Amino acid sequence: MPADVWALYEAMLRSRLFETEVSQLWGRGLISGEMHLGTGEEAICAGIVSQLHDGDALALDHRATPALLMRGVNPVALLREFLGREDGLCRGHGGHMHLFAPELLAASTGIVGATGPMAAGFALAAQHLRPGCVAVAFFGEGAMNEGAPLEALNLAVVWRLPVVFVCKDNDWSITTHSPSTTGGNLADRARSFGAYTVEIDGTDVSAVYDAAEACLQRARAGAGPSFILARCTHLDGHYLGDTLLAAARQPMRVLGPMALPLARSALQLHGAALRERLDALVDILTRSRRATAAIRQRVDPLDRARQNLLADPVRLNSLESRVAAETRAIVEVALESASGSPQP
Amino acid sequence: MTRVAFADAIDEVVAERMASDPRIVIFGEDIQLIRRNLYARFGARRVRNAPISEAAFLGAAVGAAMAGLRPVVEIMMADFLTVAVDALANHAAKLETFSGGTWRAPLVVRVACGGGYGDAGQHEQSLWGWLAHIPGLAVVVPSNPADAAGLMRMALDHDGPIIFMEHKLLSEIWLESLGRGGRTTVAFDVPAAGARAERLPREWIPPGTAAVLRAGTDLTLVSLGVGVHRALEAAEELERQGVSAGVIDLRSVSPLDMECLREHVARTGRVVVIDEDYLGFGLSGEIAARLLESGIRPRFARVATDGTIPYARHLEIEALPNTARILDACHQLLET
Repeated sequence: MPADVWALYEAMLRSRLFETEVSQLWGRGLISGEMHLGTGEEAICAGIVSQLHDGDALALDHRATPALLMRGVNPVALLREFLGREDGLCRGHGGHMHLFAPELLAASTGIVGATGPMAAGFALAAQHLRPGCVAVAFFGEGAMNEGAPLEALNLAVVWRLPVVFVCKDNDWSITTHSPSTTGGNLADRARSFGAYTVEIDGTDVSAVYDAAEACLQRARAGAGPSFILARCTHLDGHYLGDTLLAAARQPMRVLGPMALPLARSALQLHGAALRERLDALVDILTRSRRATAAIRQRVDPLDRARQNLLADPVRLNSLESRVAAETRAIVEVALESASGSPQP
Repeated sequence: MTRVAFADAIDEVVAERMASDPRIVIFGEDIQLIRRNLYARFGARRVRNAPISEAAFLGAAVGAAMAGLRPVVEIMMADFLTVAVDALANHAAKLETFSGGTWRAPLVVRVACGGGYGDAGQHEQSLWGWLAHIPGLAVVVPSNPADAAGLMRMALDHDGPIIFMEHKLLSEIWLESLGRGGRTTVAFDVPAAGARAERLPREWIPPGTAAVLRAGTDLTLVSLGVGVHRALEAAEELERQGVSAGVIDLRSVSPLDMECLREHVARTGRVVVIDEDYLGFGLSGEIAARLLESGIRPRFARVATDGTIPYARHLEIEALPNTARILDACHQLLET
């Protein structure tokens, strides 16, 4: 079935506007702890999740919001969960890294790499209980250096499990440039296990849709697991308040207080050779520039999808106004007090 | 007078030792930014960025320690130790016994722990009881910068594996990156005396020595990490109510300073253990058992974390030991 670009764009936009609101609520202190947004990953999520059926399962990482919204989780319940309310999706117990929707077989985790084995298990259950159903695992490229996803890939191949492993590659493992801690090529890694592997531009929702369609068909037909390597950029960095982004936006505020202790330490007697110390200093001071350069050069998957819809500006405008109004309504309802429900 | 922050106090000790001992190397995820001052001085060979591969680099730290290095390996959070615990539980911890005492792995595992900033139960666990359960692992949990420095000095001399646990409410770098994120709109119950301190004399804290922070005749409060500060707050309130409560900071879970506990508990006859780690099968039960084994039969209560730490702040505050819960436990003990 060809991709419905209008529906995919709407799903992506819905997620983006929802997460923009999440970002503001986090900034106001109404959401506690870390907040990892999926902004920049929307095309990957939409291209895949839009093709899931009843009985299919999702193992999600710490950026679960877009996939859950697209799978049909109640957005008010999701937002209330972030607000820590009793009437949230998980009664305020999970928060954004630990979201669970049992009726959709969708579970998220804050442990890097844990989604691979979980999806393999979901797929095993599908083999026994729901023939024709599949499981999808989402994780980042940093997770590909954990043992668990690699072991899960092998397990899925040898047990011929109906699972699609989706690696969202943004090139950065928190503040570390992933190529500096990753040997070889991740697609080659997956191929070496015998998994059907595709590499795609994760900002092109139609490309994701087509690749996922092939992988999901294979899985449903009993042809075993596949691995999708989809490149993208995290528009809001690793998490809200990302030091590297903050340092690039407000260098004096962030780097200022770091400068004196750094200089003092670098000038101490007894340590590495001067050359090594200089290399380290240059690395520290330029790291945020490199991380933000990646974001500046980004392709926003929404802009890209929108390009294909400009031919019908009336329809586009009406879609965008409708989604914006609906998102505002979701936030308003989510913030309303509910009886017996403590305010954050 | 200069005031020194918790993590800086530790880093200074590590730097001082790295300068004189080339066998000390540091590695961990994002470590070149997290410990940037050490990186700027000691360079990329000794302050090494690791991939997100805890099982590999913690396992490698054990091997490196066996073969002559003194690694200080950082696992971001105690919760993440779970994916790599084989290296500690089956290898580092057992080496000395299995080798008939001929081989040891001098290894410091530096790890952030604890909650109180709304990150939920997969990022806020303490797990020191779970770690100390394994024979052969030493576990220390400082409650203030001076002890953190003194315990790190000891840890770097320790000839076996030692877990050095750094509470996130005390360690500003962690609280900032995980809890605050540059915001001014959030607040945390950070014990000021635990997060920063006046510069104190250089100290080397012997393994398994508790500190008596407050003498008391009616009741003994025993805790560690952030719990110590909650206990002190409770003791001050009790004093206003006419109750004399002592406070002991264990500082070390394994070895456990039973001599200190026995001495104080025998005198007061009442003990309340305040443990941010889980209630069941852990440190609080261990203390009760050892007191009983030594013939002391005190009135006993414990305030610990019972169940998975929930995300919502109001639920989290109730789940973790807080001053009100400590006072309730004390009052119940005093009434009976």
